Amino acid sequence: MTKTFEPLWWSLFSAGGVVAALFLPIMILLSGIGMPLEWFGVAGDVFAYERVRGLVTHPIVQIFLFVLISLPLFHAAHRIHAALSDPWLKHMESFLSILLYGGAFAGTILTAVILLQF
Amino acid sequence: MKLYYRPVQNAWWLKRQPYVLFIVRELTSLFVGLYCLLLLVTIYSLGQGEKSYDGMLIFLKSGPIIFLHVVALIFTVYHSITWFNLTPKAIVIPFGEKRLPDIFIAGSNYVAWVILSGIVYWLIVRF
Repeated sequence: MTKTFEPLWWSLFSAGGVVAALFLPIMILLSGIGMPLEWFGVAGDVFAYERVRGLVTHPIVQIFLFVLISLPLFHAAHRIHAALSDPWLKHMESFLSILLYGGAFAGTILTAVILLQF
Repeated sequence: MKLYYRPVQNAWWLKRQPYVLFIVRELTSLFVGLYCLLLLVTIYSLGQGEKSYDGMLIFLKSGPIIFLHVVALIFTVYHSITWFNLTPKAIVIPFGEKRLPDIFIAGSNYVAWVILSGIVYWLIVRF
């Protein structure tokens, strides 16, 4: 299964690597460090419910978030698969493939469903 | 048919520095995946209403979670740098008789990184 789909997994891995490299550091810095440490004022303004909801309701932001979450999931799946199966768990390769790529696929569907709520 | 799998030592990657850096690079993806899932949970809580979103913010403000983000930031920046520096090996752009020097291909990634980070900052903080 993994062999025949290799080009597909590789393109998703590669696209996810680009997206992660360009966008994740700033996202982590703003949402995971700047927000809790209140660099941009109290959560009362920048990260307030109404404001963030307004942002996430915008179609362009939704497409951005979809790409930002789904592609790096495939990237991570591919790398974890490569790091575990080749050097350590060769005998569990098909199980790992289903678990990791299946997980990334499920995450993608879930992301779409959650974003479509807005 | 029973396949033969050559036994491996668990600590093979600690033997040489390039191996360690390889595993560290692969490890960055763990934080990439983790952050994406955490972001997804945050967006989900946003859809569940103000109460659950505010609860999520309180969770994100706890010490261990901030620490996790600091570690994730270090790993993702390492991913970005290794990824950008690899692009000249994957992309060949003809430049006259020769190929465009590596530094321009890698450099354009860094320029894009700065510009796109600026746009995201502007969108989230200033918009």
